[in-house]
Amino acid sequence: MRKENIFKILLTSLFVLVSLNLNAKEAQEETTGKIDTKTGVKEFVDHHLKDSHYFTFFSDGEKGEHYGIPLPVIIWDGGLKVFSASKFHHGEELVELNGNYYKLYHNKIYKTGPDGIIEYGESEFPINERPLDFSITKNVTGMIVVALLMFLMFWSLAKNYQKRSVPKGFSRVLEPLVVYVRDEIAKPNIGPKYKKYMSFLLTVFFFILILNLFGLTPFGINVTGNIAVTFGLALITFIIVQFSGNKDYWKHIFWMPGVPVIMKVILMPIEVLGMFTKPFALMIRLFANMMAGHVVVMSLLGLIFIFQNWIASPAFFGFTLFISVIELLVAFLQAYIFTLLSALYIGMAVEEHEDHPKDHGEDIPVI
Amino acid sequence: MEIPVMVGAGLIVIGAGIGLGKIGGSAMDAIARQPEATGKIQTAMIIIAALLEGIAFAALFAV
Repeated sequence: MRKENIFKILLTSLFVLVSLNLNAKEAQEETTGKIDTKTGVKEFVDHHLKDSHYFTFFSDGEKGEHYGIPLPVIIWDGGLKVFSASKFHHGEELVELNGNYYKLYHNKIYKTGPDGIIEYGESEFPINERPLDFSITKNVTGMIVVALLMFLMFWSLAKNYQKRSVPKGFSRVLEPLVVYVRDEIAKPNIGPKYKKYMSFLLTVFFFILILNLFGLTPFGINVTGNIAVTFGLALITFIIVQFSGNKDYWKHIFWMPGVPVIMKVILMPIEVLGMFTKPFALMIRLFANMMAGHVVVMSLLGLIFIFQNWIASPAFFGFTLFISVIELLVAFLQAYIFTLLSALYIGMAVEEHEDHPKDHGEDIPVI
Repeated sequence: MEIPVMVGAGLIVIGAGIGLGKIGGSAMDAIARQPEATGKIQTAMIIIAALLEGIAFAALFAV
């Protein structure tokens, strides 16, 4: 037999074996009623994607114990209330404060009666009152840590330049990145006024980059995959763009020059909508990319536990490694894209338009 | 998930895939023709790809 045929047969038998094994497992679980691995994996992935009041390192599923650090809970409910999340005992116990009862339910704090019952509305969502939650959750911890890290990194970089013109140590890693953001992102897209916006672009680039990279570590903080965080980042871009918009920017939105009057009226609502869709797309892009990446990595990892055999496990280990490396690329790419598009939008707002000639046409010089 | 929703999600992914393929293919052609403009072409390619991706994700979330 030829080599290729043997390879084909081996490959086919591998797939058959894997699928047979899966079917056998399913049948076994149906009969014995063991804990469903699939549901377990799904819950684990869901839990990983969400924000939490605990910094859990690992959990013992059989004993039902969690090992980690409880984070402070800060709520506003007729006054500021601060206590440790350990009081909730992972949602098993009520917290009583001045006659008010609070319950942790699916990582959200609800106000309940002394019996701790969560009531459901028609849409299957709890209708209990929720206090304003300013807690330092897992995501907030991640952001604070990254902010401190960035401060230390760039403080040492700035210190370095005071002593010598060529930085030493870790600053050598940072310098090319900073120069890259300046020369490849800010200068070509914003133009001569780029200096004013460098601080924002650098901050947003390194903040997103470091958070993305943190998300790939086993700490499992999924900060940039949280839509509230990306909303905040996109909102800052939106505000900066609107406030740096010059006369021409607003003129092009509300009274587009160089088109008939009817078109001016038609274009106005479209341009106004465009003001909002740009940051909206920024928000969705970063959020969806990071969340999708986390889901794929976690699902592939979970497949090892679903199949549980000697053939599938190394294969899925390889897949997970492969996707993780791609995620490393995506972490850089998304930070780059967010900064680049922010710079592009700012550039659109600050661009100096030359006077439009009366007769558009052939006599515009082509450079 | 219901079947129409699944089909819709699949169609979105197919559409986004075709779009990304066209962008990538055109960029490859352009680079082959003018290798000295590789940097500029890549930047433009990434911007267009990101915009397309944004639309695809928005549609997926609508699903």
